[in-house]
Amino acid sequence: MVMTDNRIREQEMFTTNSYTVIQAINDGLKTMLATNKKVLLLGEDIGVNGGVFRATEGLQNEFGDHRVIDTPLSEAGFVGTAVGMALNGLSPIVEIQFLGFIYPAYEQIATHVSRMRSRTLGKYHLPMVIRAPYGAGVGAPEIHSDSAEALFTHMPGIKVVCPSNAYDAKGLLIASVEDPDPVLFLEPMRLYRGTRQEVPANKYSVELGKGTYIKKGDDVSIFAWGAMVPVAEKAAIDMKKEGYTCEVIDLRTLYPLDKEIIAESVQKTGRAIIVHEAHGTGGVGSEITSIINDTSFLYLKSPVERVTGFDVPVPYFAIEHEYLPTPERVKKAIKKSIEF
Amino acid sequence: MKMKEKYPLMQIVDSSGNLVSGQYESQLSEEKIKNFFYHMTRLRTYDRRGKALQRQGRIGTYVPFEGQEAAQVGSALALDDNDWMFPTYRDHGAALAFGGDLDRLLLYWNGRVEGALPSQTKRILPAAVPIATQLPHATGAAMAEQYKGSNQAAIAYFGDGATSEGDFHEGINIASVFKAPVVFFNQNNGYAISVPIEKQMNSETIAQKAVAYGIPGIRVDGMDVFAVHLAVQEALERARRGEGPTLIEAVVCRFGPHTTADDPTKYRDQEKVEKMREEIDPIVRLERLMKNKNIWDENWVSQMQHEVEVEVNDAVERMENHEKPDPSVMFDYVFEDPTWSIQEQKEDLLERSRF
Repeated sequence: MVMTDNRIREQEMFTTNSYTVIQAINDGLKTMLATNKKVLLLGEDIGVNGGVFRATEGLQNEFGDHRVIDTPLSEAGFVGTAVGMALNGLSPIVEIQFLGFIYPAYEQIATHVSRMRSRTLGKYHLPMVIRAPYGAGVGAPEIHSDSAEALFTHMPGIKVVCPSNAYDAKGLLIASVEDPDPVLFLEPMRLYRGTRQEVPANKYSVELGKGTYIKKGDDVSIFAWGAMVPVAEKAAIDMKKEGYTCEVIDLRTLYPLDKEIIAESVQKTGRAIIVHEAHGTGGVGSEITSIINDTSFLYLKSPVERVTGFDVPVPYFAIEHEYLPTPERVKKAIKKSIEF
Repeated sequence: MKMKEKYPLMQIVDSSGNLVSGQYESQLSEEKIKNFFYHMTRLRTYDRRGKALQRQGRIGTYVPFEGQEAAQVGSALALDDNDWMFPTYRDHGAALAFGGDLDRLLLYWNGRVEGALPSQTKRILPAAVPIATQLPHATGAAMAEQYKGSNQAAIAYFGDGATSEGDFHEGINIASVFKAPVVFFNQNNGYAISVPIEKQMNSETIAQKAVAYGIPGIRVDGMDVFAVHLAVQEALERARRGEGPTLIEAVVCRFGPHTTADDPTKYRDQEKVEKMREEIDPIVRLERLMKNKNIWDENWVSQMQHEVEVEVNDAVERMENHEKPDPSVMFDYVFEDPTWSIQEQKEDLLERSRF
């Protein structure tokens, strides 16, 4: 029997599926529901409907409505309910339908989710995950396209994670669920179905707080996350044709930031471009600039450039592509940096 | 029909200390009366000391609950040992009666996080400061009990002002949909700091709001410890039977200010309140009841009062002699493992304090 079990496990290790980001998230949720009885899902339309993006497709059917719970339309209510569940030993994963709908729950997150461990000196902690699709570029109605990560990276007591591909999506999701502290898990909805990747069928995790090199290069470092990673990558490919090699770093976790990878890359290239679709002022890019200042000031050959969304509400979708950073805007910043 | 008639004030002992109906005779054993009297006296002794300590500058801003002892004791003593309590900053009386640690409560008022959690053994959460945010927590803790198949319930405390917040609605609504074993225990003291209940809501009672959730709403005389106790007991039994939440409105009077930083004479006639308390003080009501029943024992009372005085005095002394706060405490419990920035900031602070 033992041999059979091992063989199955071994097989799983080497079995992969070609998944989109949304399928990988579904697989990650399924993996956690199957392996940990404390894991429950809560959210709007996640049950019979499988979620508006189908992230929870089939899960209620497989695990029951006591584990995949359709909640009332009540973000503060079900985030607060998840706090109570997590206090009482469960590991709830809540889905906020769109990040722009998280604002009613902001008080719960700011005053309880992020503070419970601190105010009880560790007697209680909240192993909960708040998943939220974020970002513009899919022609969604207003409020559906926000990138509000900086509101949460500024908030002590919660980690902020943002994958850009299917492999990381599953691995980071599993790591987030298994993390003893609360995690805001941002899903780039623009990348949900764009590409496929081989995703292991087994349970694996990608460490929180660690960025990764998407591309290695010598001339410029480009830092991005989520839906901006392919934009940075495209700019890097174009620049190669012009004779410059760019290093593209997917930061993957926005709090805590991977200080080492930022310093390592900037100290090698001496030039840094930060790309994010959230508004520039007070964005995570400012924090990355600050890390570069603290760790690598004397290595810089030119000022750090930021390519970001503008300091305006994300516009209606007819002009949202004007708001979003494009490979052209990134290339312009790279050239400015090189020609400094 | 007037809502106050539809939701009549449930009472067992009236303000003269008389039983309102023979059907409740069995509720009033001598042991139970004395136990309630002890807890309420203990709470008042602690509460008055809290106010005095603040006046003397020995603790920070204090939130008194004088007048609300019956509501807090009656409800807390209805709980099972393993039930969950979600108090606000004015419910430290309930926390204490339920088994909270007096030393911790005093540390809390002295600005020490070591006292935020009222108990290491009982499931009492730190006081919720943001209004009504604890209601969904009680719902969640209760749903987790449901999920585990246990028989435990949760109670959420909140005031009249909290009923205007969104989380009041969201917490009760979710609990009612899932029939969560939770009791929503409102103490309506008529004021949210200075704003009177008439300006807080257009409905006549808080209990009637239960109709909107399809759950029972009970209005009870919150100055009558027996009525509160029975109402909460029945709501808990209902919760344990799987019949879902109950909204209880305990009508109380806060005799003092909102906090020690508040001056109630600016918004209400304190002389009138003082006059009223002669009639409605919940502890005096118990004294009258005991005298009416010929079980008032002067020796027992003075002995008990002496004991709680000593208990509070000793706790105050321990609070004042508590070891100095360690600044590390602000860094060490934000995450299980401090992030690099928190670690760096901690080292920086400790380094600075060395010079």
